[in-house]
Amino acid sequence: MSVDTSAIEDVFNEPGCGRNDNKTAAERTMGCTRQLKPGEAGGGCAFDGAKIALQPFTDVAHLVHGPIACEGNSWDNRGSASSGSDLWRRSFTTDMNETDVIFGGEKRLYQAIGEVIGKFDPPAVFVYQTCVPAAIGDDIKAVCKAAVAKFGKPIIPVNSPGFVGSKNLGNKLAGEALLEHVIGTEEPDYTTPYDINIIGEYNLSGEFWQIKPLLDELGIRILSCISGDGKYHELACSHRAKAAMLVCSKAMINVARKMEERYGIPYFEGSFYGVQDSSNSLRTIARMLIERGAPLELGGRTEAVIMREEARVRAAIERFKPRFKGKKVLLITGGVKSWSVVAALQEAGLEIAGTSVKKSTKEDKDRIKELMGRHALMIEEAAPRDIYKMLMNSRADMMLSGGKSQFVALKAMIPWLDINQERSQAYMGYIGMVKLMEEIDKALYNPIWTQLRRPAPWDEAEVNRQTNIPHTDSHAAENSTAVRGHSSAAGFKERANASGRWVVGHISAAQATCAVQASE
Amino acid sequence: MAIVSTSEKSCTVNPLKMSQPIGGSFAFMGLRGAMPLLHGSQGCTSFGLTLFVRHFREAVPMQTTAMSEVEAVFGGQENVEQAILNIYNGAKPEIIGINSTGLTEIKGEDVERFIYLIQQKHPQLERLPLVYVSTPDFKGAFQDGWDKTVARMVEVLVHPVETGRARDPARINVLPGCHLTPGDLNELRTILEDFGLKPSFLPDLAGSLDGQIPDEFTPTTIGGIGVDEIATMGQAAWTIAIGAQMQRAAEAMYAKTGVRFRLFERLCGLVPNDEFIAFLSKISDRPVPLKYRRQRGQLADAMLDAHFYIGGRKLAIGAEPDLLFDLSSMLYDMGANIAVAVTTTASPVLQRIRTEEVLIGDLEDLEELAKTHGCNLLITHSHGRQAASRLNIPFFRAGFPMFDRLGAGHQLSVGYRGTRDLIFGLANLVIADREAKHQPTPDTWRSVDRDFKTVPSYPQ
Repeated sequence: MSVDTSAIEDVFNEPGCGRNDNKTAAERTMGCTRQLKPGEAGGGCAFDGAKIALQPFTDVAHLVHGPIACEGNSWDNRGSASSGSDLWRRSFTTDMNETDVIFGGEKRLYQAIGEVIGKFDPPAVFVYQTCVPAAIGDDIKAVCKAAVAKFGKPIIPVNSPGFVGSKNLGNKLAGEALLEHVIGTEEPDYTTPYDINIIGEYNLSGEFWQIKPLLDELGIRILSCISGDGKYHELACSHRAKAAMLVCSKAMINVARKMEERYGIPYFEGSFYGVQDSSNSLRTIARMLIERGAPLELGGRTEAVIMREEARVRAAIERFKPRFKGKKVLLITGGVKSWSVVAALQEAGLEIAGTSVKKSTKEDKDRIKELMGRHALMIEEAAPRDIYKMLMNSRADMMLSGGKSQFVALKAMIPWLDINQERSQAYMGYIGMVKLMEEIDKALYNPIWTQLRRPAPWDEAEVNRQTNIPHTDSHAAENSTAVRGHSSAAGFKERANASGRWVVGHISAAQATCAVQASE
Repeated sequence: MAIVSTSEKSCTVNPLKMSQPIGGSFAFMGLRGAMPLLHGSQGCTSFGLTLFVRHFREAVPMQTTAMSEVEAVFGGQENVEQAILNIYNGAKPEIIGINSTGLTEIKGEDVERFIYLIQQKHPQLERLPLVYVSTPDFKGAFQDGWDKTVARMVEVLVHPVETGRARDPARINVLPGCHLTPGDLNELRTILEDFGLKPSFLPDLAGSLDGQIPDEFTPTTIGGIGVDEIATMGQAAWTIAIGAQMQRAAEAMYAKTGVRFRLFERLCGLVPNDEFIAFLSKISDRPVPLKYRRQRGQLADAMLDAHFYIGGRKLAIGAEPDLLFDLSSMLYDMGANIAVAVTTTASPVLQRIRTEEVLIGDLEDLEELAKTHGCNLLITHSHGRQAASRLNIPFFRAGFPMFDRLGAGHQLSVGYRGTRDLIFGLANLVIADREAKHQPTPDTWRSVDRDFKTVPSYPQ
């Protein structure tokens, strides 16, 4: 087998990881990948994670070495927007066949690299290792080395066969590949005191562009965004940044920490979701740049921008308040970095019925209690069955979650909004928060809910016959249904019971069990 | 006779093909109370699951044996055992369908033996059907996974019938290829029932993935054909197989139960449906209902109306073999010129596609050939949208996956009605494209080429 075990151990021992710090020495040797449970497991593999982390580099060719399953089944499923090259949207794979499996796939890989360079002339090729070639011993590192000698271009091996672990481990292995082969290999044309790196931001639905104009306005230059709308040359020069903001620490903490260690680039963990976090992040970026030599006036200009933007958001949110009054939202986000969003939702008058805390640290949980009260509903295991239970018990009017758990809510006729990576709306920064409110409003007040919650007229008649209730006129029936349906999900349950059938909901939660398995 | 060739490239660019194991899992999804299980690392399942959810926009059951590095070396018997037990205890399935992947195939795992040992060890599993199918990722394509898996279902789940035993003359087995949608199966069911026939579909995706809000809580498939019904398929009078891929399963059925079969290689178009309806009329001994006489007339009329738009179109089509054969034949019948045909895997129907060459290749091949041939209509699955936009030609989505439009499960191509709707859909696309992009201007008539041929206002 050709798996880089030292890189994996290195990732497991990440000292920058808050969770890792809280572990005993014995626990740490176990690694940080969850024990996989056959028949109960969900989620992607390490290859999936590596590809997700790096695919947003838009001008490089991403070549997957493996049989058709790895790339053929998975390509083209994430919308990370590009301001230039569209090469990242093309899919490249060696599509190994039986002969390659028997005689080894190295030759095919080498030829494939040549073909990609010949046709598309990218600044670099990223080569992803998958299970089958790893298991038969294809040495992608050696092939990449030979290809570099032949083609005179950076060819980066990303050693991430699926069987080494989870998607999250794959994210980090991708980071290791960047640290080992790319970062620091080129020099920027010029530098400024305002150069920053953004790490762990993927520009999904182009949402980072909601923030970029503010940075532009302040004269802050993104030397490299790793990896959203990223370009190879910027990445290779990223070691010259003055400071870095780490957006997703789960995926890329190793990159931020090692860049600090190697190149002295300080980093902070921040978020652009929600008003408060956006302001704090801008403020921190300015402060760090000033500490590293940027003129002091940057601080004042930043405060002015923050004040202006916050006032605009507050004014925009005002109109939602009466419509959100008394409405409860259930948040299934994994529990990371949602606090700023929670604060904004609360400011608009929404009540948070509960949240999942699967990926939350102890501090995260403390913040939940702080924001949502001591009795905040928290759920550890976000299996669909549990989400469903929470949805019903909390009598939520709406659920916000990732796409894979949508059926838990939708099939129970409860409004739902995608706030995870597959969403098509962008919710970042100040504008994004207003957009989020708009979407919540649209979902909550869509007229379909009252129609869908009505049973078919013949079912209603059936209930009336069974329970000997005199047949009411249809208008009254409609009203009562609407009221009951609207009040809460639990209202449904009663109605469903009364008619002797599980008309909605209950059912589909479990059905969704399966779909959600591929979540985070 | 088309020449069938294979792309010589080392690097597949923009794959048309998807893997065998998920084609197998897809077949298991047409069984009631089923849990498809992929024996491989968890990414294999996760990718397939995401693909199905994006296509159908439904919850989809699929599980993994979650192979890690250690088991990949030392063998995955324990993973198979744990997976089966966990699914048995958690999901209470009526059947578990297991497909291998590339990772477990290179190890040469004897999963049939594993299953035997696991059932010996856990007597509670003895009555739970466990169907295993070998489907390495590095061979074949999605369609092959489906056809192998359905054939295996017949071999394992159908009870043998002695020859000469009385059969139920109204009972019909239908073995649909994976190119048919749940909507197609519902259409076929209606047609068969209108002839007084009682069809059993194996697999029956219409029961599980046609967008219902189910009445019962279930972590497995929500509908489809039950194991009990499959067991009795040997009592049917006929087996109807649809798509050449189903020959293997139909033969398996015949070998095991002696049920005669008739293979319909395609059910899109006037002539194939005439044959189909005539066959149903014969085996049911009933006249063709008025409804189908009217529908036939409507299809004929649709063909008349649409031939102005489809006739002469230069078509590039990329699809799995049976869908490619199905659609390209119908469009050829409508006067289209099948200029480019690309597919994923070998099949006996490829030679009979009405074009010069069929290439086993990828979407890059399709795009380049379409460009060379000056095609002005592209048909393939959703991944082809980028190629269509670069080529700036109208794009019709057909096949799996279709993740960027709604209603994939209800798209129709079978029967007179299905063909009629499909033809209208295609023709309307052409009309819309002409209106949007090819309005005549003073300049379109001004330029003439060297041979004094006028440049038409829109490409022919």
